Amino acid sequence: MAERPLSPFITVYRWSYTMTLSILHRITGVALALALLGLVAWLLSASRGADAYATFTPLLLSIPGKLLVVLAMAALIYHCCNGLRHLAWDMGWGFERVEARRSAALVVIVTLIAAALCLYALFRSGTGGA
Amino acid sequence: MSLRAPLARALHHGSAHDGVGHWLVQRVTATALAPLAIWLLIALLSLPSSDYTTVTRWIGAGLHPVLLALVVLIGAWHAWLGVQVVIEDYVHGFLAKTLALLASVFVHVLVAAGGLYALLRIALVSHA
Repeated sequence: MAERPLSPFITVYRWSYTMTLSILHRITGVALALALLGLVAWLLSASRGADAYATFTPLLLSIPGKLLVVLAMAALIYHCCNGLRHLAWDMGWGFERVEARRSAALVVIVTLIAAALCLYALFRSGTGGA
Repeated sequence: MSLRAPLARALHHGSAHDGVGHWLVQRVTATALAPLAIWLLIALLSLPSSDYTTVTRWIGAGLHPVLLALVVLIGAWHAWLGVQVVIEDYVHGFLAKTLALLASVFVHVLVAAGGLYALLRIALVSHA
């Protein structure tokens, strides 16, 4: 196993911003696996009654907690949009360089706008939101 | 130098013939998760309050437990497949890789089971 040849690693390629989106897909994917763990922990706390819920939820509603929730939501939006891009590629659509770059820009714009909306929704009042 | 024939050395070291299955299930779960994710995001953000009663009522109402169960189950399934690929790519060494993959399976199954248990409990017990 050890002596097998490796394919050229990313350091040999000229950087392009679509590569950043590609690695971001993995990073947000792993982050979302952790976010799912957090969601299930929250559901479990809710299932254990009002006291258990009251110990966990204020952490999520603190400023760092809300920021973490917004980051998780932004990761979800990004991973979802870029995932649709991957699904389109798998169908053979949008694989040309110009198209791939245009869809990349679209994913970034949609993510930024939706993440800003999440940020606004969570911080607009002291009690509202998740 | 081995005395074994090249064919004997190659056998059982090639494709396990389930790579396409992994790839396909990742896409199928992704397709299912896209609408579920959008629903969850909008639903969470439009909750009028985050207090215990509002949240548990919302979780237990109508189709919400079913949709949330799908989020947890398909989400854990999709995450397991994705984390598996990440571990295979970045964790080196047979022992470390095997342990990481094993831990990932256990954690993802635990997440799915824990989420399902919480949802059933809220939908059937707390809400009543």
